[in-house]
Amino acid sequence: MCLAVPGKVISLEKDGVGQVDYMGTTIVANFSLLPGIKTGDWVIIHAGFAISKLDRKEARKTLKLFQELEKLNPSE
Amino acid sequence: MRPKTSSRDPLAHWRSANTIKVLLKTIAEETKNLGKPLRLMEICGTHTMTLHRSGLKPWLQEAGIEMVSGPGCPVCITPDFYHEAIIDLVTSGENILVATFGDMTRVPTRKGSLQTTVPASGSQIKIVYSPEEALELARQNFDKRVIFFGAGFETTIPSIVYTVKKASQQNLEAFFLLAALWLIPPAIEAILSSGEVAIDGFIYPGHVSAVIGERAYAFVAEKYHLPGAIAGFEPADILLGIMSVVRQIKQGKPRVANEYRRVVKAEGNPQALALMAEMLEPFDADWRGLGTIPASGLRLKPEWADFEASKNLNLALKPQKTLSSGCRCGEVLKGLVGPRDCPLFGQACVPDSPRGPCMVSYEGACLIEYKYSAGAKKK
Ligand code: SF4
Repeated sequence: MCLAVPGKVISLEKDGVGQVDYMGTTIVANFSLLPGIKTGDWVIIHAGFAISKLDRKEARKTLKLFQELEKLNPSE
Repeated sequence: MRPKTSSRDPLAHWRSANTIKVLLKTIAEETKNLGKPLRLMEICGTHTMTLHRSGLKPWLQEAGIEMVSGPGCPVCITPDFYHEAIIDLVTSGENILVATFGDMTRVPTRKGSLQTTVPASGSQIKIVYSPEEALELARQNFDKRVIFFGAGFETTIPSIVYTVKKASQQNLEAFFLLAALWLIPPAIEAILSSGEVAIDGFIYPGHVSAVIGERAYAFVAEKYHLPGAIAGFEPADILLGIMSVVRQIKQGKPRVANEYRRVVKAEGNPQALALMAEMLEPFDADWRGLGTIPASGLRLKPEWADFEASKNLNLALKPQKTLSSGCRCGEVLKGLVGPRDCPLFGQACVPDSPRGPCMVSYEGACLIEYKYSAGAKKK
């Protein structure tokens, strides 16, 4: 039930419904719980509802942290 | 080199062997410095799944971290009397349509499961994948009373009650909710205040937190002086959470860390929280294994009573003692024992014929242990 991977919003229709590209598959999602979403945004879908918008800046910060850790521990 | 994220797998780096190796190494070194192994509880069944599927558990054990599963499986903690009440209703009442999530139909009770139940004439049990589908069934079946048996934590609760609001707007008078809606923070408090399990810190559920935000767990640090971190569901996400907990212990400064900022905002999801506050009120709910926990369940407010299944249909929700079947699911949910401590695990209780809900649900600790641990047979 818990889709942990984010999907990309490809279209928004009326009644708060839209389409999301979820790893290559198109699924229909309800956006009523997440106002202000635009096409191109990445979202977390749960039980057919978008519950959170992915913050790409924060994702990049985590990636940077991984890189720093890897620099401190070069692979043998 | 700047890491690339492809649109097909935006999380490749969170699964990369090198990232995982480096994080494990860091955790192992810092835990060693603490001088004692740690016992951390992951609340969420989806975390349990990641830990097993990615094979992280034995590596963590070697790094001095024992991970214990908690109560984060809504199918598992919903007590039998909910199922038994709905089984009674659908076997005795005509033209009733029960809609529920797939796992819920397989939970064994002394009255059988919804899957083995033979409904009365004109009645039916249907599996839905989302709350909206339950509503759609009500639109299509005007001759029936449609009951959505909706179980979930804070992640799912907003979408479940959204259906009631929609049903009201669309005048679907024959749509009812049997609400099995559970709150995670009071369950954590119940586990801590019982003092039964020794836990050094928590990995908080990522998507429950996406709805409720960070503050909801503040009592764990303030009152119980235990560290915790909100984590996502990729292997590296969980390891980041564990690293944070280890560091909080080292610094002697327990807090609620958010290691899943790309998804979880400090304030949660205001829209979802507003919908919950508008339509629901807390009550002292019964949990399987954990008993009655103050303000741990949500039910529709009186102004939505027309949609409340237990108030409008012949459906009595009476807490009663479950007969002992030897299933230790209740203790598994509290982190008191692991699935393999149950004598039925892998013997009398297997996914094809489960003896308890922890072997039914995809978020259940017993099913996950059975599916992903090498040699699922009991050793
Ligand atoms: S293995 Fe089966 S019987 Fe044993 S605790 Fe788990 S669900 Fe219950």
